[in-house]
This record gives sequence, structure tokens and C-alpha cells, in this order.
Amino acid sequence: MLDKLKRIAASFSTDAHFWSIRLVDESIQNHEVRNDIVQPLHTSRDHGAMVIAHSDGGAGYAATSDLSAAGLQAALDMATARARASAAYSLIDFAKVPVVPGHGEYTSPSWSIDLPGRGAWLELLAQECAGAALGERIIERAASVQITHSSHSYLSSDGAQIEQHFRFVMPNMAVTAHADGDTQVRTLAGSNAMQQGGIEILKYFGFADSGRRLAEEALQLLAAPNCPAGIRDLLLMPDQMMLQIHESIGHPLELDRILGDERNFAGWSFVTPEMFGTYRYGSELLNVTFDPSAEGEAASYAFDDDGTRAEKQYLIRNGMLERPLGGALSQARAGMQGVANSRASSWNRAPIDRMANLNIEPGTSSLEQMIGGIERGILMRSNVSWSIDDRRNKFQFGCEFGQLIENGQLTQVVKNPNYRGVSASFWRSLAAVGDASTFGTYGTPFCGKGEPMQVVRVGHASPACVFKDVEVFGGGV
Amino acid sequence: MNRTNIEWDRHFAALADEIIRLREPGEETLCSLSAEQSDFIRFNAAKVRQIGVVQQGRLTLRLISGERHAYSTLTLSGSSEQDLAEATQTLRTLRASLRDTGDDPHLLFDRSSWQRTTFRTGRLPQVEALVRTVAECAAGLDFVGFYAGGSVLEGFASSTGSRGWYQVSNFNFSWSLYDANGRAIKTAYAGDDWDDAVFAQKLGQAARRLEYFSQSPKVLTPGSYRAYFAPDAMRELIGMMGYEGFSAREQATARSPLYKLNSGALHLDPRISVAEDLDLGLTPAFNEDGYLRESVSLVTLGRGTGQLTSARSAREFGLQPNGANAREMATSLAMAGGALPEADVLAALGTGLYVGNLWYLNVSDRTQCRLTGMTRFATFWVEDGQISSPVDAMRFDDSLYRLLGSEIEHLTETPELMLEDSTWGQRRTGGMQLPGMVVRSFELTL
Repeated sequence: MLDKLKRIAASFSTDAHFWSIRLVDESIQNHEVRNDIVQPLHTSRDHGAMVIAHSDGGAGYAATSDLSAAGLQAALDMATARARASAAYSLIDFAKVPVVPGHGEYTSPSWSIDLPGRGAWLELLAQECAGAALGERIIERAASVQITHSSHSYLSSDGAQIEQHFRFVMPNMAVTAHADGDTQVRTLAGSNAMQQGGIEILKYFGFADSGRRLAEEALQLLAAPNCPAGIRDLLLMPDQMMLQIHESIGHPLELDRILGDERNFAGWSFVTPEMFGTYRYGSELLNVTFDPSAEGEAASYAFDDDGTRAEKQYLIRNGMLERPLGGALSQARAGMQGVANSRASSWNRAPIDRMANLNIEPGTSSLEQMIGGIERGILMRSNVSWSIDDRRNKFQFGCEFGQLIENGQLTQVVKNPNYRGVSASFWRSLAAVGDASTFGTYGTPFCGKGEPMQVVRVGHASPACVFKDVEVFGGGV
Repeated sequence: MNRTNIEWDRHFAALADEIIRLREPGEETLCSLSAEQSDFIRFNAAKVRQIGVVQQGRLTLRLISGERHAYSTLTLSGSSEQDLAEATQTLRTLRASLRDTGDDPHLLFDRSSWQRTTFRTGRLPQVEALVRTVAECAAGLDFVGFYAGGSVLEGFASSTGSRGWYQVSNFNFSWSLYDANGRAIKTAYAGDDWDDAVFAQKLGQAARRLEYFSQSPKVLTPGSYRAYFAPDAMRELIGMMGYEGFSAREQATARSPLYKLNSGALHLDPRISVAEDLDLGLTPAFNEDGYLRESVSLVTLGRGTGQLTSARSAREFGLQPNGANAREMATSLAMAGGALPEADVLAALGTGLYVGNLWYLNVSDRTQCRLTGMTRFATFWVEDGQISSPVDAMRFDDSLYRLLGSEIEHLTETPELMLEDSTWGQRRTGGMQLPGMVVRSFELTL
């Protein structure tokens, strides 16, 4: 596609001092078996281009699905007209924004290895669906897999040429149990089992036999008492850590949010520019990286959507805040170093600062050591509920599954486990970080932000972690 | 934007006609279109942060043969030749996929023939003039906002003869004014016909409300408080229920947060009546299964009386379809008003919390319909019927059964119409019409 774009761009007529074209061609296949019934096939293909132009110090964009030479020229004209119309009122002088043209390619792992056909997928899904049929209290069983192929081409007037090909695989298993007026749901990793690659992803997430396992856990939860209320040490497993990282580290560190762009919708941040380099975000055990190079993680890539080469960077090191999540434009605005995270959900949205892969580096504790070191605590896994304030400080999260820890031993399973806290103090209570054996890599396609709204794929990898003295509670009125 | 003036109605009709013509014996086709031509402008510090235009259209083509069916969604370029070629290829692919597909016992679609057309044009601002107007009117204010305006289009065509078209031109402009301490008032101006004077008036009113922030904030501790929820805050509370609370599928699988209400195990205050109200005219009157949508009484005098039932749920659970979309989400909720005049809200509240907006709600206990979320924007402490001071953002965790049941004291007289402002994927249709509500107690937790 890049060659075709280059041919078209060679004939562009424009006096914009900068332009870029980002083309996205994305196909999705959904396969699902629900209560042993194959759900109808739904496929989609979405393709189009975003043209951005800078002129007179302003910037404008135009998104079009007309990929002909005339269509792209018209989009460039439209973007240029918007740039000029807004130049006198632009927040940013785009004539002064430095652009570093990127060149290169990226391809997801296993890209060249074919995936099974629909028949084979359905057989696999039907097996898990049937495995979850553990009696009449199991009222719904749904096994699914979503496969996404996404190709991105980027070309700019200053010579950038980038081609990236992604394949995302997202299996899920969801089991609903109901009895005596109560309902409990268990899913595969809180429905956050997504990575780049091939069929090996199902093995990574333990998809085989997940139907039976999750059904047993859902029944176990139905019979369990509510999570008790009180102050306990909290052991979060990686499929809940991903949400904790996402909401209370990722979003507050987005530089465009810190600069106020999101205040009308997604919110602001308790983090201010002055805090970088001096602020203790968490205990000395906390090491957080932006890592687009992680093999197979959901938001691995070589270049962001502004054409900046992406590299691993520490955002928090030994608990100290070092660097924000800000792309080239935000870095120029703030006069700070950042990362290559200027991303758009698709061709119809303009890039803004987003999370990508945001990970916690492994520590030294085994899971047994962490459990053994807790006198009165609780283990929680698989996110089900999340809410945080517009400054990303006061949060409340809920999980599908909880298990009490008493005197260093896992004991009673409890349902509706929730906890709440404040980001600014929560991470300072980090008391143990699991080693590589506790590490898990998850992803979601549903990180929301922006006006117009955008949902992008993000990846989060983390070991299990222990937090001291957290307010936990269960269901009921 | 080569085809800046795509006549989507003609383009869609021509594509659908050709797809219908390409059927083979025993086949039926259902075609749905979602499209927009939108201008988007983001503002920060009363200046333009991002400005652009998006033109997009997506066709969902569904092929049905006997009890087998499959769907595919594709992007339309606006070129008749190109789009027809892609649709024809998609039809072939779907036909091939049906050969390997078994019968679907839950397949249901409408086989009748109907025609519905809604076509509403508006008077939208020119973007060049708009950015200038904002700069002039918001001078000296920390203004951050988002303008979305243009045409939104939805279409349907079936091989059984049904045709639906919904096309409106409108705008939705929301903005927040921040004071030096980071507190804000959020306001929206939405409609079909833009008027600079109305915008200036609304902006001026919002700016004057910033004076409420001049007092030191009242520090609240967790506990129960009397509270008034303005219609915008009600939109978050009731909107959460519109997400899955009124879904027939969620009810049948016992996952609905309103499961106990819908199953008759409990009821709300008899002043609570909620409907999916198609008469508001905010959404297309048809769905992707070919059914004409119906208004549905969801809660009547405090009792659960109906759910939103898609065709698929209807067949699976032995119900009647009522035109709900596939996800059975409410798009046009209307809640009956009460007896409290809007002018008497503060007096009725007396001393308590005035909640202008809520934010980031989620279900914390599905069985008890317990919700958690945050106060945001215009939230104030009221003393003896007078706004006395701002309140910093507080977390709540409370049951909607309680708030709409034992704790309700008043509903305001005139429900307020609020247009949908979502732009996930594309600009959405719909909205809600809701009153404000005074409750005896509201549980703050953090």
C-alpha cells in the first residue's frame, strides 16, 4: 500500500508546509459458540485514510474512505483549509513543531503463520462451551475468539515512510452462574486476554479447559460469602494489576491530559509537570516502563501514528516519577522528554497521547513468599468493575474472584470483592512485587479517551503485587 | 473528501437495489447503513487544539438463506462502482460461508414491508466563523470544549421491501470553564439551528456560575447526605441502566443490574416511570433486523413492566421483539417528571449536596444494583436553600434501588431533553429526557 500512496502523493498539489497520510486497513473476524449454539459469522473490513496538513502555523485533518488520487488530494485540500481557518486561533504554532521522519517496518509475531479456519475455531470453542455445562445453575456459557488484522501505512511530506502489520488474537470464555437470586460471572482474565501473534496465544491464556475451570469457579462464588469489609493487605494478580496500572498510572501520566486537553471529557490529572524528576509515585519496588518492543504484547509497534520511532522507556524508576506519556507534539508543548505514544484508534481519528504497552517490571518475590508474608489479607483476580475520578486519584475497583489470606495461607473464597483507594498514596503502599514466575501479559481493545472519542488497544504486563492496608469490601446494601 | 457531497440516500438505495438483485433463489438480504459528515473542533484555553472533518459510511450486509445467515460490514468510499464491486464480492463471500454454517435456531428477522423516512436539516455554523466566535466570547476564560456538527445518517433496506432512512443535521457543543483552582462548570449547547447569540448567552451564564467557586470548598467526610441530582447527573444514573439494565437478554441470563426489579422481586417508588420513548424523535424508528421500533414502558409506577427485546432474544427466550437494537441498549430514555418546580429545588433540598454532574459510573454489586462513581463539575454544598460553597470530587457507592425507592423525596416538574453526545466510532443519535431528583440520603464513601 505504501508504494501506491507514494505514487499518489508524488502528484499532490499543495502549498501546505507539511502533510502526512496515514492509511489503515483493518479486518476483523468474530467466532462464537454460546450455550452450544454457533453464533452467526460477523466479519468486517474498515479502510480509509487520515490526512493532516500544517499551514500558516495551524493544523487541520480530514478523514476519508475515498482512497483514489482525487480523493486523497481533496482530503489534503480540506485539511489545509481547516489549518488556515484555525491558524489565528491555534493553541499550538505548528510551524515550530519539530518533525523527525521515521522509516521502517513492523510485523506482529507469527504474522506469516496461518490461523485455523472457521471450522477449526468453532470446534475449539464448542469444546470449551460444552465443558462449562456443569448443571442447571450454569445459565450461560459463551466461548469466543476475535481475530484482527490491521495494516497501517504512513507517509509524510518530510520523507517518512512506515509500514506496520498487526495481528491481534483475543480469546474469551464467559460463564454465568445463577441461583437463589444471586448471579456470578467468571471470564478468561476479566475478558482482557489479548496479544499479538497466532494460535499460541490461546495456550498462553490457558484457554484449553477454561470452560470447566471457570464454571467451577462461578459455582464456587455462588456458594461463597461476600467479601468482608475492612483493612487488609491486598494481593492483586496480573489480570487485575493491568487495570490498576491502566487507571492510576497510565491515564494520569498522559501528557496531553496534564496539559489540559482532556478536561472537558476524560479529565485532568493529579500529576503536574513540575513533579517529573522529583515526585515519589510509589514505593522503591515500583518500576514502570513504556515498552512498545515487548514481544507480542497488545500495543507493541515500531512507530507511533505521528511517525516517531518507539523505544522502551522508564516512566517510574524505584518509585520516582521520571517521564510522562507524551508524544512528539506534547513534548514540544511541555518542553519535556516523553515517549512515542501519539496514537489514533483508526483512520477516522487524529492521534493524541495514549497508553500503549505500560508494564511493571518483575521483582524478586515468589507467589508463595507473598502469600506467606500476609497475616490478614485477600487475593483478587480478574477485573469486573472500575471507576476513578477525573484527576485519576480516588478509585474503586471490583474483581470477579477473591480469596482470603489468613496467617500466610489462602483460605475462604469470597464473592464481589472490591477495594478502593487514592492513587497518590496507594502505590506507596506497594510492599512486594512478584518475580517473573508470577508475570502475566494482558491487553484490551477498549481504552477510551478523546474528543471525538477513540478506543485504542493497550497492553499491560505485570507480576502479582502486594499492597499494605487497603480498604476492601463486598456486595450487599 | 473528493465526494464532499455524497448523496448517501441515493447511494445506499442504489447499492441495496443491486444487492437485492444479486440474490439467488431462497436468499434474503438486509442492508444497514451508518454514515456521517462531521466537523470536529477541540478547544483548550479558548484556542483551537484540533480541527478536522470526518466523512465515513459503513454498510452492514446480511445474507439469509433458510435458517442460515452471516453478516459483513464494509467501509463505503462513496464511489458507486467501487462500493458495488466490494459489496458484490462481500455477498459472494457470505454465500460461500453459509455452505459451512449450520442452521441458527435463534434467527429471526422482519419479513414485512414498510417505509419510513426522517429528514431534518439544520443551520450549522461555518467552522471559520465558529473558531472566531469562541475566541471572542471566551476571551479571558479558561475554556476547554468540543464542537461536533454535521449530518448523521442511518439507513435500512431489505429484500422483503422495507426501506428506512434517517438523516439529521445538527450540532453538539459542550464546554467546561475552569477557575484558577481547577474547578469547573460544564455546559452544552445542542440542536439543529445554531445561533451565535444563544451560544454567547449560555457561555455568559456559565461564566457567572464560576462565582460559586469563590468560596472555600466544603470538606465532606464519607457518610450519608441529602442530595439533589440535576438532570445531567440523572443522565449518568439512568444511563447506566440503559446500558444493560433494560436488556431482555441480560434479564433472561440474570445479569441485569435491574434483575430484581424486572422480575418483580422488588419495586421502586411509584413516582418512577421510565420508557424507551421513540416519540422523542431522536433515533431512527427501525432497527437492523428490519423491525419498526416501538416505544416500550420499562418501569411503570415503580414496577418493572418491560424490556428492550431484539429479534434474536425474542426467538431464543420466547418473547415478542419490540425493535430493540442487537445489544438491547436504550437510546431514547424518558423519565416522568414529578411535582417540584425547578425554581424550588434549592429550597426543597434545604441543606445538602447539589450534584450537577456525575462521572465514571460502574456497577459495584450487580445483584443489588449498586453503583459507584464520582461527583464532577458543578457540585455544591447547599445551606438552608442557598448555594454556600463548592465541594471537591467525592466518590459514592449506593444502590439505585434505594435512591429511586426509599430515599426519593421529589422529582422536578419538567424533564429536560439532553441529546446524545457520544462520538465512539461516529456521532450517535439518541438522547434522554429526565427530571432532577431530591433524595433523603446519598452514600459518599471516599
